Amino acid sequence: MTALLLAQFAESARFVEAARRAKSADYRLVDAFTPFPVQAVHELLDQRRSHIRVVMFIAGITTAALAYGLEYFSAVIDYPYNSGGRPLDAWPAFMLVPFATGILLAAIAGFATFLIECGLPRLHYALFAVEGFEHASQDQFILALEKPAGDGELQRALDFFRGAGAVAIREVDT
Amino acid sequence: MSLAAIRTEPTPPEAVRWTLPGARSLDAVNELVTAPLYERQLWSWKAWWLAAALSGALTAGFLVAVYVVFTRGIGVWGVNTSTVWGFAIADYVWWIGIGNAGTLISSMLLLMRQKWRASTNRFAEAMTLFAATIAGIFPIIHLGRPMYFYWLTPYPNTMTVWPQWRSALIWDFWAILSYILFSLIFWYVGLIPDLATMRDRARSKFAATAYGAFALGWRGSARHWQAYETLHLALACLGVPLVVSLHSVVGMDFAASLMPGWQETIFPPYFVVGAMYSGFAMVVCLAAMVRWGFRQEGLITIAHFDVMAKVMLMASIVMGLSYATEWFNAWYGGDRPDRSLVIFEFTGSYAPMFWALLFCNVIAPQAFWIAAVRRSVVAVFVVSILINIGMWLERILIVWNTLSHGYLPSMWRLFIPTVWDWLTTIGSLGLFVLMFLVFVRFIPAISMHEVRKLVDEEGS
Repeated sequence: MTALLLAQFAESARFVEAARRAKSADYRLVDAFTPFPVQAVHELLDQRRSHIRVVMFIAGITTAALAYGLEYFSAVIDYPYNSGGRPLDAWPAFMLVPFATGILLAAIAGFATFLIECGLPRLHYALFAVEGFEHASQDQFILALEKPAGDGELQRALDFFRGAGAVAIREVDT
Repeated sequence: MSLAAIRTEPTPPEAVRWTLPGARSLDAVNELVTAPLYERQLWSWKAWWLAAALSGALTAGFLVAVYVVFTRGIGVWGVNTSTVWGFAIADYVWWIGIGNAGTLISSMLLLMRQKWRASTNRFAEAMTLFAATIAGIFPIIHLGRPMYFYWLTPYPNTMTVWPQWRSALIWDFWAILSYILFSLIFWYVGLIPDLATMRDRARSKFAATAYGAFALGWRGSARHWQAYETLHLALACLGVPLVVSLHSVVGMDFAASLMPGWQETIFPPYFVVGAMYSGFAMVVCLAAMVRWGFRQEGLITIAHFDVMAKVMLMASIVMGLSYATEWFNAWYGGDRPDRSLVIFEFTGSYAPMFWALLFCNVIAPQAFWIAAVRRSVVAVFVVSILINIGMWLERILIVWNTLSHGYLPSMWRLFIPTVWDWLTTIGSLGLFVLMFLVFVRFIPAISMHEVRKLVDEEGS
């Protein structure tokens, strides 16, 4: 069980400013939910680096190598066919299949990694039940932070985000 | 400040706005895009039903034509021993060309940070997917023995033979297969955040469940967006070389042969530009339809048509140069069959079509030099239709001219299309329109999250 405070903003500028000030005021930012990517806030959250591109690169190169290997095996070793003395390993003609399949498998691997890194598919998520959370995919920006312990700290946090222009602040236990 | 300094002081250019003032808020964007799907009563769907009925009938015609070809063989077409390729291969090239533009708009313009792509990329990508799928059908129905198309794949078989990797047909198979699946992934990834918006705005439990299932539980968290942006950009980087290779391969279907008019090194880039050209023209047509049908004037603005017209103008010049290069090379190379072919193009049996092609692809788009034409939706639409017709004629004539006028005069023979040729061609257009209509009926036709970002950057 994590106790969270969700501060909801109607404008991106206020949201970014509030996130910046909250960070320097040592509030522990957990996550942000936004209707489009907000780079400035993403940088404030200590995110793990995504491995998507590395996986895509490895998948693409491996597939291309395997595809070329298959062509080589079939045309040179398993079924060599001499047509007018042309080279069996006709590499310029063999390039397209490794290229196309390499890109395809890179895309598939990238998509799979994307799902794994995002923890999707996950159709039920505790925050979906929170009132107003549906605005995060439409027109509002939600900053999630650890709920400060103690009534005095909590009150200070509520005042802080109200002052920063939050349209709603909710306490949530997930 | 001196007088000279005042004169040379650069004036900041008026920022081009890609949305109208009424659409410049996040809520307005959501409302504009989702209203046709959730507040259907506000729209007269008569035009939609009419178009669906017409395209449904054409699709039925397409199925009948394919059935006839499958049961009676490709002899029902106008193909003969000289002109062994006909409408089917030209249609294939035409459709795959249209199928190129969606990825070009999405990937290339994304990499070049062209913000205007935001309101057009969704339906352009859908167009790509549908057009590439239809294109993939044509080589199969042209095979003669379509039931053996899986021989193109390398699989362990009792015949102990392998695909011929040097064959352009094999390249086609892998290029199209990879491209269709790649486009599907690219399109779906971009769609996920919008499906989440649809889920959260749903009025019924059924809609919320259906959109929710396809949204996979997207919640727009920082982690999600970061992974999304990494993947989307990486896919865009891969999409550009893939799309260029795809149509280059289509060009090599011709260029790898030894026929006059085909065996030219210019073919791959010339085909890629042609594909981008016809695809852009189709995107313009679809943009005009979506704009008119769903009243999206706030998001698809005159400025969009203006910029797309400029791209088509540029492409028309490149096409004109490519044609001229072909003619020049035929003359300069001095080969009699090549020279004879060019004379046949201008004066032979298909000459009226050739002149029409030049008018549609090279002359008509020159109207885009005039700003008033670029900023008139009707004018841009009409020229785009002409370009689509012109590009179809070009593909038909690339096939017909060369095959009808090869090396041996005794083999010269014309292609006369039959009713089954026409039905396959027009029917495929119906299938495309039907798929597009179904798409706009269930899926947000404009990428909401990208336009939201654009609107936020442009400010209210």
